[in-house]
Amino acid sequence: MATRTRRSRILTPAGITTAVGLAIVVGLAIVGPIIWGAQAEATSVADRLQGPSALHPFGTDELGRDVLARVLAGTRTSVLLALGATAIAVALGVVLGLLPTVLPRVLRRALTGLIDILLAFPWLLLALFFSAIWGASATGAMLAVGFAGIPAFARLNYTLASSIMGRDYVRAARIVGVGPIGVLARHVVPNAAGPLLVNATVHASGALLSFAGLSFLGLGVQSPEYDWGRLLREGIARIYVNPMAAIGPGIAIVATGLFLTLASDVFATTPRRGALIRTGLRGLRPALRTGAGRAASAPHLVTTDEADAVSVARGLRIAFPGAEGGSVERVHGVELEIAPGEVVGIVGESGSGKSITAMALAGLIEPPGAVAAAELRFRGVDLLGPLSAASKRRLGLELAMVFQDPLTSLNPALTIGRQLTEAVEVHEGVSRAEARERAVRALASVGIPDPERRLGQYPHEFSGGMRQRAMIAMGLMGSPRLIVADEPTTALDVTVQRQVLQNLRRAQTLTHTAILFISHDIALVAGFSDRILVMKDGLVVEQLAADRLLVDAQHPYTKALIACVPDMASDRTQPLPVIGDLDTARRAS
Amino acid sequence: MAISLGIVVVATFAIIHLVPGDPVRAVLGPSAPAELVARTRAELGLDQPLPVQFWNYVAGLFQGDLGTSLQTHRPVADTLAQRAPATLVLAGVSFLVAAIGALPIGLATAISVRSGRRRVLDLIASAIVGLLIVVPNFLLAVGLVWLFAVEWRLLPVAGWGQPAQLVLPVLALAIGPMAYLARIVHVELLVVLDATYLTTARSKRLPGRLIYLRHALPNMLTSALTIGGLMLTGMVAGTVLIETIFAIPGLGTTIVSSITAKDYPMIQGVVLVYAGMVLVLNLVVDLVLMTIDPRSSLAEG
Amino acid sequence: MTDFQIEHLTVRYGTGSRAHLAVDDVSLRVPPGRTLGLVGESGSGKSSVAAAAVGLVRPAGGAIRLDGVDVSARGAAARAARRRIQLVFQDPFSALDPRMPVGTSIAEATRATGRRFTRAEKAERVAELLRRVHIDPSRAGELPGAFSGGQRQRITIARALAGEPAVLIADEITSALDVSVQGVILNLLRELQADLGLTVLFISHNLAVVRYVSHELCVMRNGRVVEAGETEAVLERPADPYTRELLAAVPVLGERLDLGAPA
Repeated sequence: MATRTRRSRILTPAGITTAVGLAIVVGLAIVGPIIWGAQAEATSVADRLQGPSALHPFGTDELGRDVLARVLAGTRTSVLLALGATAIAVALGVVLGLLPTVLPRVLRRALTGLIDILLAFPWLLLALFFSAIWGASATGAMLAVGFAGIPAFARLNYTLASSIMGRDYVRAARIVGVGPIGVLARHVVPNAAGPLLVNATVHASGALLSFAGLSFLGLGVQSPEYDWGRLLREGIARIYVNPMAAIGPGIAIVATGLFLTLASDVFATTPRRGALIRTGLRGLRPALRTGAGRAASAPHLVTTDEADAVSVARGLRIAFPGAEGGSVERVHGVELEIAPGEVVGIVGESGSGKSITAMALAGLIEPPGAVAAAELRFRGVDLLGPLSAASKRRLGLELAMVFQDPLTSLNPALTIGRQLTEAVEVHEGVSRAEARERAVRALASVGIPDPERRLGQYPHEFSGGMRQRAMIAMGLMGSPRLIVADEPTTALDVTVQRQVLQNLRRAQTLTHTAILFISHDIALVAGFSDRILVMKDGLVVEQLAADRLLVDAQHPYTKALIACVPDMASDRTQPLPVIGDLDTARRAS
Repeated sequence: MAISLGIVVVATFAIIHLVPGDPVRAVLGPSAPAELVARTRAELGLDQPLPVQFWNYVAGLFQGDLGTSLQTHRPVADTLAQRAPATLVLAGVSFLVAAIGALPIGLATAISVRSGRRRVLDLIASAIVGLLIVVPNFLLAVGLVWLFAVEWRLLPVAGWGQPAQLVLPVLALAIGPMAYLARIVHVELLVVLDATYLTTARSKRLPGRLIYLRHALPNMLTSALTIGGLMLTGMVAGTVLIETIFAIPGLGTTIVSSITAKDYPMIQGVVLVYAGMVLVLNLVVDLVLMTIDPRSSLAEG
Repeated sequence: MTDFQIEHLTVRYGTGSRAHLAVDDVSLRVPPGRTLGLVGESGSGKSSVAAAAVGLVRPAGGAIRLDGVDVSARGAAARAARRRIQLVFQDPFSALDPRMPVGTSIAEATRATGRRFTRAEKAERVAELLRRVHIDPSRAGELPGAFSGGQRQRITIARALAGEPAVLIADEITSALDVSVQGVILNLLRELQADLGLTVLFISHNLAVVRYVSHELCVMRNGRVVEAGETEAVLERPADPYTRELLAAVPVLGERLDLGAPA
């Protein structure tokens, strides 16, 4: 998010620089030989091998020709040859990249396999190989650079095309009877055109540099013709006498290459349609946590007794940078208190701010996200200020998280055992053996069979439900006072969901920890929690006891949520009630 | 691997046959006497049927016989053995320099971007890195020679054999890939730092060193190594230009001069050696990746 | 009347030792002009049944018959019959070509009818279909990006209808949507089914949703059908233990979850 914002900010100057730069290069390619052609060819024995002067800013060569004029006049040859090579690579690369998508499987495998093998070889080796065949000449080098670029370009196109072919809209077209060629023309090519243009521009930059390289080696443009690479070759031979004769063409090559690269960047960052509503929390800068209206000298750690709330948030506001700079407030002043051992549920739809509220309660909103509150504490630890070592220990041991996607919430590179034991090893200083013993007990308590063997395994060897249980077990390693469970069962099958919820509830009865349970499913939240908060658009619209939900619900949104979701008792003869304007609500957020 | 090797052998064998026109005439020039043309043709074995030629070529490969140079009339294999060490030293040292330099740069820039501090500095750093990626190594070499050898006279312009003569070529070859690798490390690290499992790690309030070294680093190693492998093969090829600039007696100068002289047996030999180096490097990278990734190592056995 | 039947369908992915039997000898019949709900968890093979029916995967065995024609066979007759079966996808964000105006996407689907439409006829048909799914027809020229998730899903339904299908397969069409939007789509589907007399195969993992739209019910597990019958009957007297387990796992609004003893 941060890098994207930054890029869109420099987009305008970059776009202008690129346009002007490319215009200069194209202009020089057209008029260069006309204006400076004669001067570039004019030999003068008297002026040979001069250093830079007002008359010859880059000096002269061994025949007394002006190097600057040669650089300017050489633009056309350099650019045309690079474009020729790019055209070869792009044309054949597109064909070879798109062809496999319509070929039968065996041929497709053979072709992509061959491209992959060729890709292992650097372009210069391929170019040298083709150079050896076609000899040291301008056309030979153009063909060599062009052909050497084909595998990379074909591969890019193939990847692009197959990703588009895998989309549902292509399947839909196939179902209605659009043939392979039709799919290619109607769906693949229009969607691939943008990225293709970017790739072609990157490639043109590469071709220009490659061509200069070949000419520099003496394998490209031959005397008396000249391009930038050739001029560089002539220049470096006399670098002691006149460095500018080498630096001059070098600058031309780098500048043109740079403009092309910049152009590809500009193409790549097409403006996005911003769908975010900007409320703009003025005075709240990213990466700044503020405690509005709070005594500056408040101690970081307040001693708490068991009767105090586990978690307290007063006037909690959370903002993130918007798509076009500035910040967008996503949570607008949430009040929340969780008592020891209490199970609090938050229900809301996507974009309601329920997940980031939970992250803020755990003190896990990272810059550029910004948190502001009158008060935000976990068991007396002030989450708005910097954390002391004691506070970190408390948070590390007493606060646990379970996330929605069990595939990504455990580190794929570390064993389950390592991930379970590290918090107590760091914060309690227990020995590795004791931590391991605790981990065995924790895994066993969430019903994972053969825990000793399982500790040595990696997350990918666990099923989705087992990973969620391992996350719960991780929370049981310390002395949990709050488990934040953010849609812990959404990615799971209903029968597995039941087991994970059983484990959560069991963990709660065993340790008397509080649980913050978040879901979009109001029936699930109500069935699992003691108390429910209904969130919508960054605000808590209603708070009620779970067992009084059907009786006490007042807010129209809560009532609508209850009514519009079919359950096992819904009347099948009647249409479902519909929340009038909610359908047009933002999905983008 | 076996398929790749087969393709390489066929491709190098094919070079001489793909040359437009008569390769022997191309070597000797149009005015060469017919008798000399015929003798050279026989020397190259081109008077025999194609399958026999291919059989002889492959059989020769197995005996380490790569033919005889048309220029020097010495065995190609001898020249290659003599020239290869310089190229290997240059590529190897450059790779080490690039790899050792890239990691801390990538880590430092990523961490400082993420913490949101020093924005201007980040912008400047990423601009420099971007520029270094775009500038091709032969231009960088020219710039380095001009600064260090011509203007400041600190280092020799060219040559081979002394440690001081290694500095500029290595820098010229290493800086671009180093910048590129640093960028990859930077980007990958930012992706990893955004992953949910890092939020899990942060929720345990582990010290920063554990978060970065234990949780983040192993997860970006795979992509960094894959890129590192590509970088290394790119460097092998990059030596061609660098050797030419610094007049280093390696494989690069050999292939350039033999292409200019149309010394086909020599070209075939050098291309074969380069391709072989690339294949071996790829194999090594694949093996390393397999041993460090828990998923692939378990899948294999 | 449409007669849509699946007989001993087997779908296999991969070959040799990696082969995986996704659908294992499944037979089912969608009652003409009614809705059959196919319910199951991930990996039960329910989506593979849909993919086979519209020709996205080739079955390893069995037949999918529409009015007697096996649509999974080769040849023109099978192809024509296959186009009378249309599919609505789960994710409305990937189901519409982002570069193609929604009207064009719908018009493209009229090919499935096998008839040629003039430009004017196409435009008229697109407008009619958009009205059917309660989208302003004047928005036909807009790209999918201009529509919300629920609206997009209604557009994909319109596209499926453009082929004038005899059978409509809805594969998890509300799973990617917010609960408040889900009701709109379910209502629309019931309305279309009643108005057009469509034969619908409704696939979902959500038992409550399946119950709401389906006349008959079919429960799948591990590629096999474990139970089938009238929706009411199956849910009131589930015969298979797996169906009972599924039923027990559905949270009931206003009731504390019965989690039993921890496993």
